[in-house]
Amino acid sequence: MTDVLDTIIPDDPAEDAATPPEAENWRLEKAGDTLTLWLDLKDTGTNVISEAVLRELDALVAHVEAVQPKTLVLRSAKPGGFAAGADIDGFSGLEREAAEEMLTEGHRVLDRLEALPMTTVAVIHGATLGGGFELALACDYRIGIEGVKTGFPEVQLGLHPGLGGTFRLPALIDPVEAMQMMLTGKSAHDRKAKKLGIVDDLVPDRHVDAAVEAAARGKVDRDTNLRAGAMRTGVARSIAASRMRSETEKQAPKADYPAPHALIDLWADHGGDRNAMQKGEIASFARLLETETARNLIRVFFLRRKLKEGGKGDDGIDHVHVIGAGAMGAEIAAWSAMQGKRVTLEDVALEPLGAAVKRASKIYQKKHLSGIDARDALDRMMPDPSGLGRSRADLVIEAVPEKPELKEKIYAGLKGKLKPGAILASNTSSLKLSDLVDGVSAPTRFAGLHFFNPVSQMPLVEVVSHDRADKKVLDRLAAFVAGIDRLPARVTDYPGFLVNRVLAPYLMEAMALLDEGKSKEEIDRAALAFGMPMGPVTLADQVGLDICLEVAKSMRRDLDRPVADTPDWLAEKVDKGETGKKAGKGLYDYDSDEPPETGEADTEIADRLILPMCDAAVECLRNGVAPDADTIDGAVIFGTGWAPFRGGPLTYARTRGDVPKVLSSLADTHGPRFQPDAGWSDFG
Amino acid sequence: MSRPVYIVDGARTPFLRARGKPGPFTPVDLAVQAGRPLLTRQPFERSAFDLVILGCVNVISDEMNPARVAALRLGMGEEQVAFTVQINCGSGMQSIDTAYRYIREGSHEMILAGGTEALSHAPLVLRQSATEWFGGMAQAKSPLDKAQKLTEIRPDFFSPVVGLERGLTDPITTLNMGQTAEVLAHRFGIDRATADAYAVESHKRLAAAQEAGTLDGEVVPAFDRDGGAHGSDDGVRPDSSIEKLAKLSPAFEKPYGKVTPGNSSQITDGASWLILASETAVEAHGLEPIAEIKDSEWAALDPSIMGLGPVLSATPLAQRHGLSVDDIDLWELNEAFAAQVLSCLAAWQDDDFCRDVLGYDEAFGRIDRARLNVDGGAISLGHPVGTSGNRIVLHLANAMKAGNHRRGIATECIGGGLGGAMLLEAA
Repeated sequence: MTDVLDTIIPDDPAEDAATPPEAENWRLEKAGDTLTLWLDLKDTGTNVISEAVLRELDALVAHVEAVQPKTLVLRSAKPGGFAAGADIDGFSGLEREAAEEMLTEGHRVLDRLEALPMTTVAVIHGATLGGGFELALACDYRIGIEGVKTGFPEVQLGLHPGLGGTFRLPALIDPVEAMQMMLTGKSAHDRKAKKLGIVDDLVPDRHVDAAVEAAARGKVDRDTNLRAGAMRTGVARSIAASRMRSETEKQAPKADYPAPHALIDLWADHGGDRNAMQKGEIASFARLLETETARNLIRVFFLRRKLKEGGKGDDGIDHVHVIGAGAMGAEIAAWSAMQGKRVTLEDVALEPLGAAVKRASKIYQKKHLSGIDARDALDRMMPDPSGLGRSRADLVIEAVPEKPELKEKIYAGLKGKLKPGAILASNTSSLKLSDLVDGVSAPTRFAGLHFFNPVSQMPLVEVVSHDRADKKVLDRLAAFVAGIDRLPARVTDYPGFLVNRVLAPYLMEAMALLDEGKSKEEIDRAALAFGMPMGPVTLADQVGLDICLEVAKSMRRDLDRPVADTPDWLAEKVDKGETGKKAGKGLYDYDSDEPPETGEADTEIADRLILPMCDAAVECLRNGVAPDADTIDGAVIFGTGWAPFRGGPLTYARTRGDVPKVLSSLADTHGPRFQPDAGWSDFG
Repeated sequence: MSRPVYIVDGARTPFLRARGKPGPFTPVDLAVQAGRPLLTRQPFERSAFDLVILGCVNVISDEMNPARVAALRLGMGEEQVAFTVQINCGSGMQSIDTAYRYIREGSHEMILAGGTEALSHAPLVLRQSATEWFGGMAQAKSPLDKAQKLTEIRPDFFSPVVGLERGLTDPITTLNMGQTAEVLAHRFGIDRATADAYAVESHKRLAAAQEAGTLDGEVVPAFDRDGGAHGSDDGVRPDSSIEKLAKLSPAFEKPYGKVTPGNSSQITDGASWLILASETAVEAHGLEPIAEIKDSEWAALDPSIMGLGPVLSATPLAQRHGLSVDDIDLWELNEAFAAQVLSCLAAWQDDDFCRDVLGYDEAFGRIDRARLNVDGGAISLGHPVGTSGNRIVLHLANAMKAGNHRRGIATECIGGGLGGAMLLEAA
């Protein structure tokens, strides 16, 4: 009957007029009464919300207004997720006014989407972050596909949400929870997102159509947002806000990290008033974009991407054999297994292997692996006291104590045992590869793979070359590093390589300061106030005073410049077994001492700790230890946690301007170790 | 078709004594712990197997068909066919026998056959009346129905039955396994001192084998999540003595019984795997067999004397192959109870028994203790029921190879009145 009607009645002219607009980043699909807009960015595997995406969406929404489907669905065609965020490249360099203009336009498009009369449903999966999350929030319903991850990571870029997130999320869910998400950047996964009310339903992929239909018929349950009502009064908000302020100050002091504080102010002032929030959000975002912090943190984002891109390609590594089940070996093994590699972990004794399994199990708990995933990762990581994995592995990582004779012995034992084409990598941090390479059977397939402690928290891994290393092998190692979700930095066989070369003066100067009678708390406080994640005294304990001693020794031996003296009492402490946190006692006593708190800091101490690191970075740049300044800043930040909002030691030096001058004057008072490097003259 | 079948390798976990609470490993955990190093040391990929067969008696509810769960967790691939077999204490040998027959007949080339058991995880079982009450409670819809149901709770609902104890009781004769050993001890005149002396020797032999490294490679260490590294069988008591054992009270028939905890097998957790291969597979992968499986046999008898299972199952092997007692260089006879092992030996030396039951003209003969359970047995290292049958075949193969022996028999008694036996020859 209807078929006949269709043929005898000409098409509605209105529909004729509404031919869908051209779009490069969206695909349109019609099925019955439902119109689906598939977000599918051109020439990339990851969706981001760019100016073009919003402009095309504007035209598509106009089309939707004309054709009036019963239901509009927004989905992503990318397997990885809905959208990873806003297009940071698009706004990173913008001046305040240009940013305001762009944001205002974006808000207009999302408001238009929100105002559509039909039911709008965002079907979200995988990463649904930042601008992508804000797009989903402008729809009536959100259907999450299992594994969905929603959140606002903007604060990590020195910003807060800028496309309506600051008022749409608090209107949807408990406003205090919403603020927590935006202030901390922590995402809500899966059932957490459902529990918070971010997604109206959470279903496996195969039930998406049914869930969309249920939403279209209004059959999806939704709790009323009671807290939103309670927080409509300024008094309630101001009480909540003052608590947020003090919490935030502890984690991210306002002077260094203005964004979360700006967000709290915005919410406290206008929380009940959508229009005022919208205006305030745009203004505040544009203002933050101009801050030094945001510029540096956005740069850190780009540095991360750049390092990651250095590990493109296939590693051809399924099985990793780690020799040495100390803290580093165990962490490398546990992390690789968690990332899907088959791992064998060799040690001569059973006890450290048992301890390694326990450590792995703890890491998996900390990383919130499900029971099944943790079990599978533990199954993949086989303690291997008899070295069965040697002949099966595609990559052998040697992580034994830093004794050249021991390493030579291990390498000799590997001769003729490895699988053809297997790579041998050393996790050495203080020995030169050029000395070790003579002991290996295939020098072209030997390189350094320097992980940082603890591997599960430090994203950087140095891929260390030497004269005889094959470039293809280094490429594979970098790909391996990226494949296990770490960041590869390619460096040369320099004393301490890159990161430890830069970090060494931080630790060594702290010893000199202690020797002069400065208190450990005072020293740590100065570094913390600068923005370092850990004071040098605490860090020395963490690294191990025995290791620090070794590092100092090798710096003195291998560097062609004066370095700080190592006080005698340090060696004595090590002899007594007071080697740091692992021993329960080092420079701090871990039974009785309180960790230092942030507070008033001595700037001369800070300069003495920080500027030699800038100097070492310039020295590394001059000597080509890393390919460029970006790699140096990125590696130091991701390898040590170096004050990220300051952009890295080279960027900091460039911003500050007077570093060589201050170094010279420190050299006059404290000795030639502060003499600025020759590279400063070329450093602009 | 009848093709030769080889044992090419095998490994087991240390056997870990149950210590009054669930041990660190489930049955499949144990199978994975034993399987990982075994598979890693092979020259072929894990996906090269045609089949995985695993014996297990007490399967836990999270691991139905433990063979398949183990195969997947061992990374043997989604396409790996795997099934679980159960013939009580013979399960670990049943898996070998099934694999042996498949390969012999030509349908399979290489099979991973094992046994696993975590007796420390044996569940508490609700009484039938309690189970029914829970079922009714789940169906009660209205609050009134539920309240009504609550009044029906009885105190004994909360005193569950230990599943292990039930499992070790014969369902036909209601005799406990230890009691069946008492029956045999009585029938064959085994006294307490002889049984205790046998047990002491079992501990001494295992301790010596551990000390000498005889078990290296056969026993692979197991590692638990709490950092425990388990390197060797932990039930062994090198300082065991006849005086110490004499102090123990009878475990099953107080006060006159002869079977004590000291001269019985221990309750333990453990897993064991063997790799069985055809000639084709041996050649294809360049493997070195450790032994050849020549024949196997299962026998059944009165459940109350199940301990004679080895005599009833091993004798037909000797008869079929025309072997006298001297032709068999090594024996692994599972030590369920010292009195039971000694009864088997006595039966073979008993003219009447051998004539009436086994069809010989006179006694089969005396099995020299020097050829029997040379490196200890279940009394010193424990008896994870689904695993033991696998372990004795594995150890027999290794011991034959180490001592350059030509022929050996592994055999076991099986609760419920069965016996299993396997004849191996040097490869």
